[in-house]
Amino acid sequence: MKILPPEVVLVAYIVAAVLFILALKGLGNPRTARRANLLGASGAAIAVLAYGLSVDLRNLTLIVAAIAVGAVVAVIAARRVQMTQMPQLVAAFNGVGGGAAALVALVEVTHSETAWTLVVVAITVLIGGVSLTGSFVTFGKLQGIITSRAVTFPGLRALMVGLVVLALAAGVALCVTGDPRYAYVLVAAGLVLGVLLVLPIGGADVPIVISLLNAFTGLAVAASGLVLSNVLLLIAGTLVGASGTILTMAMAKAMGRTVTGIVFGAFRAQASGSAAGGQGDRPVRTMDADDVAILLDYAQRVVIVPGYGLAVAGAHHAAAELAEILGERGVDVVFGIHPVAGRMPGHMNVLLAEANVPYESLVEMDDVNPTFKTTDLVLVIGANDVVNPAAKTSPGSPIYGMPILTVADAKQVVFLKRSLNPGFAGIENELFFEPKVSIVLGDAKQTLMRVLSSVKANA
Amino acid sequence: MDAFALLTITILAVFLGFEVVSKVSSTLHTPLMSEANAIHGIILLGAVMVAGQAEDPLALTLSILAVLLATINVVGGFVVTDRMLVMFSAKPRRAGVAA
Repeated sequence: MKILPPEVVLVAYIVAAVLFILALKGLGNPRTARRANLLGASGAAIAVLAYGLSVDLRNLTLIVAAIAVGAVVAVIAARRVQMTQMPQLVAAFNGVGGGAAALVALVEVTHSETAWTLVVVAITVLIGGVSLTGSFVTFGKLQGIITSRAVTFPGLRALMVGLVVLALAAGVALCVTGDPRYAYVLVAAGLVLGVLLVLPIGGADVPIVISLLNAFTGLAVAASGLVLSNVLLLIAGTLVGASGTILTMAMAKAMGRTVTGIVFGAFRAQASGSAAGGQGDRPVRTMDADDVAILLDYAQRVVIVPGYGLAVAGAHHAAAELAEILGERGVDVVFGIHPVAGRMPGHMNVLLAEANVPYESLVEMDDVNPTFKTTDLVLVIGANDVVNPAAKTSPGSPIYGMPILTVADAKQVVFLKRSLNPGFAGIENELFFEPKVSIVLGDAKQTLMRVLSSVKANA
Repeated sequence: MDAFALLTITILAVFLGFEVVSKVSSTLHTPLMSEANAIHGIILLGAVMVAGQAEDPLALTLSILAVLLATINVVGGFVVTDRMLVMFSAKPRRAGVAA
């Protein structure tokens, strides 16, 4: 329907682009996240509606029918899926988006006259194809349809190199001749490449791969924006491509991995025989003070476990203030005191009493241990041996038999530590390598100060 | 639009993309990824554009398929993100520091 003049559509595109930016920005803070998501959705709706109302579309009935079917399928899938299956659903949505971008470019091949447009078509088709099958292999791995272990086979690398060469050749041929058949060769190469790229990636790294493929789809959408000379597709796709890249790297970093290590790791392991992970180079997760503040923001019950490091850093006043602020917000905060925390009996009680922590908030080991199961977050400040499970599990350990605070029962554990060096007893702490455990490196007092200011800012 | 303007827009969007997500807590990485995923569902606009001009049966089939897939991406993406965020914000507070 030609109701709106073309200028209005351009304005709608600008509005949508701004809404997308605000959506990504707002997602970074728990207070604004939900509204931000709504802004993003309205941006997409405004752009599509404005376009539909500004031109006479052929095949309008079919288009509307396809949108209706797609919307129903999507809403049912998104509403019915269980929370634990969320990652694979996002992977599937990402895959169909990449597929749509590839299809759009395929259809546009015949309308592309210049070599420049054909280059962009080739890129869109290839990346879209990789994203489609890559995402579906990811989906299969997460859903348990395909084994989540890294799958490699002899000749995989040669096969991939061959496919890349084939794709390059087809791309060049497409640009020179403009023959659409080369575009289909490119799609096929992209589809196979997507499978081969994700198969060798092991289960734990799959979330990072979803994020990477998400960035790929963003790039494919941006490229299709160039094909169609549509500014909104270009901006939105580029935004997702860029933010997806940063996000992928941030996720990899938080898990102690590198993106290249994940994508090419399986190949390297293949080359060097077996890569048995030694004690020294196992990944630990690190985070910064702002992350701790956000975790605190979501927690209902927090236990702070102080140790000698708290005393050394003089961080007890900051810890007390943090507990007080959280308490005022209705969070259930207690200090879990191990009998030998610090360097003398009652060391922690004295320090914390000095910082005006109410006596009822200091809970002894035997009383606090059963409560860890219902605790959302444990903040271990400068303590190590008193929470080290080696005391329970490894008979050879010097601290074997010492009762410990069983912080591993909590949903999430954050260590505030000066360094990754072992504690007083010089024993490696197995806890650091658990998935729910993160470490904030740095002086405990300074870290707590930053957590405090961030918690206050989030209010 | 000329190539130079498109290049300018692309480069600015790259920096904007880097900037908007650079300081996000790892707790929110998953919803943020899901949001970005929903946003690239705007490929629906491109799919509608090509479907609205398609003449031969092949182009029509491919472009209608593109519309279907893109709709699933954009609608599902935003709905699933909302569901995640509801879970994040559902947090009945209790009052006072418990003993």
